[in-house]
Amino acid sequence: MQVAFELNGDPVNADVEPRTTLADCIRDRLGRTGTHVGCEHGVCGACTVLVNGEAVRSCLMLAVQAQDEKVVTIEGLSGDQLSPLQAAFRKHHALQCGFCTPGFITTAHALLTNEPDADQERIREVLSGNLCRCTGYIPIVEAILDARSHYARDGEK
Amino acid sequence: MKVSNSYVGRPMERVEDLRMVRGRGTYVADVNRPDQLYAVILRSSVAHGTIRSIDFTRALELPGVRHVLTAGGLGDFVPRIPVRLQSLPELEPFHQPVLADRKVRYVGEPVAVVIADTAAIAEDALEHIVLDIETLPAVAGREQAETEPSLLFEGHGSNTAITWRACLGDADAAFKSADYVRRERFKVQRHTAMFMEPRGFVAEWNAVAGEMTVWGTAKTAFYNRRVLAAALGLDEHAVKLVEVDVGGGFGSRGEFYPEDYLIPAAAMIARRPVKWTEDRREHMMSANHSRDIECDVEIAVSRDGRFLGLRGQIWADIGAYLRTNGSVGPRNVAQCMSGPYCFESVDLRSSMLVTNKTPTGSYRGPGRFEADFARERLIDIVARDLEMDRLELRRRNLVADSQMPYPLPTVTPFESTNELDSGDYHAVFDRCLAEFKWEDRSKLRGRLIDGYYHGLGIGSFIEGGAAGPKEDARLVLETDGSLSVYLGSSAIGQGLETIMSQIAADAMEVPFERITINHGSTDHVKDGYGSYHSRSTVMGGSSILLAAEKLKELIRETAAKRFNCSPADVSIDGEKVSHAGNHLTFSNLSDIPLEVEASFFNSKHTWAYGTQAAYVAVDPGTGHVKVIDYLSVEDVGRMINPLTLHGQAIGSIVQGLGGTFLEHLVYDSEGQLLTGSFADYLLPTASDFPNIRSITLELKRCPNNPLGAKGAGEGGIIPVAGVIGNAVADALFHLNVQPNELPLSPPRLWQLIEEARQ
Ligand code: FES
Ligand code: FES
Repeated sequence: MQVAFELNGDPVNADVEPRTTLADCIRDRLGRTGTHVGCEHGVCGACTVLVNGEAVRSCLMLAVQAQDEKVVTIEGLSGDQLSPLQAAFRKHHALQCGFCTPGFITTAHALLTNEPDADQERIREVLSGNLCRCTGYIPIVEAILDARSHYARDGEK
Repeated sequence: MKVSNSYVGRPMERVEDLRMVRGRGTYVADVNRPDQLYAVILRSSVAHGTIRSIDFTRALELPGVRHVLTAGGLGDFVPRIPVRLQSLPELEPFHQPVLADRKVRYVGEPVAVVIADTAAIAEDALEHIVLDIETLPAVAGREQAETEPSLLFEGHGSNTAITWRACLGDADAAFKSADYVRRERFKVQRHTAMFMEPRGFVAEWNAVAGEMTVWGTAKTAFYNRRVLAAALGLDEHAVKLVEVDVGGGFGSRGEFYPEDYLIPAAAMIARRPVKWTEDRREHMMSANHSRDIECDVEIAVSRDGRFLGLRGQIWADIGAYLRTNGSVGPRNVAQCMSGPYCFESVDLRSSMLVTNKTPTGSYRGPGRFEADFARERLIDIVARDLEMDRLELRRRNLVADSQMPYPLPTVTPFESTNELDSGDYHAVFDRCLAEFKWEDRSKLRGRLIDGYYHGLGIGSFIEGGAAGPKEDARLVLETDGSLSVYLGSSAIGQGLETIMSQIAADAMEVPFERITINHGSTDHVKDGYGSYHSRSTVMGGSSILLAAEKLKELIRETAAKRFNCSPADVSIDGEKVSHAGNHLTFSNLSDIPLEVEASFFNSKHTWAYGTQAAYVAVDPGTGHVKVIDYLSVEDVGRMINPLTLHGQAIGSIVQGLGGTFLEHLVYDSEGQLLTGSFADYLLPTASDFPNIRSITLELKRCPNNPLGAKGAGEGGIIPVAGVIGNAVADALFHLNVQPNELPLSPPRLWQLIEEARQ
């Protein structure tokens, strides 16, 4: 069946099975492979994307449920220059293998967009739904704290 | 421009990050080939049994299913996976066949491969394969393995594959004459690397050229290529293994698994590219498990607190087969149990038992995490018995700087001797105490504050690195003056590209940005070994230094021809070569690329070392432990990149805390794996351990390599369970609770507290 939605600002459509997840649709049908799949059970958060601005696990959502919605993936948060959040991740060495990173950045982006002054405890609470096996989370939390000022200033990234 | 020669030692931001933070990395699941098919693997749901028949006719009838591969279809001989490290002929019976051959021996063992147009069709087809297995009694743990109601390998006659022995001095004599002896049992549960990116491969067979290309290799590409080529009956050079971005390794990813053969074999049979990606449940039952060790050890101490002897028996539950590096952990437990301390004698046996569980292999700090738990706990128990200060007891026995190099026990068979290379263990120990404010805090022992008992723990460790025999580097000065580095080392998420660029930029005195690092794939250099045993920086980096010397020589020779002088009279200054007032730059030196290759050989390991301390609070009502402060101080000889090293240290410690408190691969008595998802296998999350600190020192350079660096990155994890166990025991000092079994989960600790109170 056909599904049509907005992906990173562009209209897209794809031919999917009813059981196809949004993650598989984005990756396999639409070729945006920045969204990663680590568990397919909604536990690791690597597949997090933004649906109408909310952080959503794309492995738990069916592609057909995205009909007419606005979906943003890590690619949609990336340009020629690193975004403040991406630059902060790099500066604080908040990634090693990088597999979890797109999920953390989309999650953090949604958080800081809604709550630009989230404190360390709040950040940890929200991040506890994303797994990272490499960093021990400390540099990720530091990076997000560091990037906060950019959200406070201009509301967007 | 004159470049200051100082990238090494600077906290350089990583080049890898530029693609990874923008979702532009390429992991194996992102690789697709035109016209590819998908493979899905049928795995045994029975722990132990004899295969009566496999009927896949109905599966083949499904539209879109192309082939089904079983052991029967592989010809007379099912390839078996050789052991990469410590390979002995007597261990060959335990090598794993690539598909279950007449018997299944663990839940998750590959039985058949379905190749279909989509992964979904292949998965549907699994339901239509009829597998008839006659169940045999399962060997689900040490007791059953030893009492042997059932044998995994009937021909071997026992479930003990081998017993290693680590010896130093005369332990029997030491125990006879000792003033004090104490014996204890310790247990470390089965847990493992559990990296975030599932494993996968894409294989493509070019029938016309007779060439096989496989994407998704990691860690040990060259070794795996040899094994794969032999199993497929191909020439080594007809096989190309390509490394793409790798989502974590920690010892487990990149070893040769059954799928390393099955997916290429599927591509050969299908004559089309074949892709396979495992899901998490599959990962948990198929990738190497680790740890799972029990030991019964005894320590002999003199009246004045000198360690005279360590002896005992270790049992390692290695699962159903001996995997490529399955002996490393069980051998290391025995060889490293004495750790950074002088024991006058050691006699430890380590038996590898086969059981009906997923086979085991190395996980970060293999054998050392387990050994350190036993040793550091034992030292605290001794201190309590002898009413000695536990710091003083350690100081008295740490190997002194003046005793270096210091021998470790010798392990046999497959004899290995080893020696600690250098270090000031006492200085690092004292530095850790000072940074931790141990003295002020030591008054907290057993204090009840807001319902929590508070306590401190300490432990010291050694971390072996830089396994030989060699690593290769190829340096190419391109015609535009840029420098390409080709390496046998592989990237497993440790920032290899950045670190190697730093080393190469310094060695050639060119700007960092002018360097491109190519690594991991088998066509970059003639031979390579890879990334394991904390070796890639030291080995790969040292080979770059050697190659740089050769390249400079070649640059001088090339320039000399242009200048018409002798090479010795050419000077190189940054990217400029000069002679008698004439200058050329690297970019107009030669019309063809200048290329050299060099190998760095090393027979000696490096030994980083350190001390860690923990401050915990224990809730006696629930058994929950809060880690209030955790500090690691480690000497690595020389830091290439403090930013990435610090990151690895923190990450490693948190993994250690996961292994101490949370992570457990649980089996029932029938050999069924009960942990099949992240809901059951608990990894540390962002809210679990917020207070971890790490300090890295450059006290003693390693004398055995030109960089002076010691392998690092595993260290953090090694003493964690021992340190935490000691801190918990300290908090519960008044109850004399001795946590000697992991994981220290709330129910277990609560039970220990209740028992102590009765
Ligand atoms: S893949 Fe979606 S949460 Fe893990
Ligand atoms: S950086 Fe590897 S899992 Fe997070």
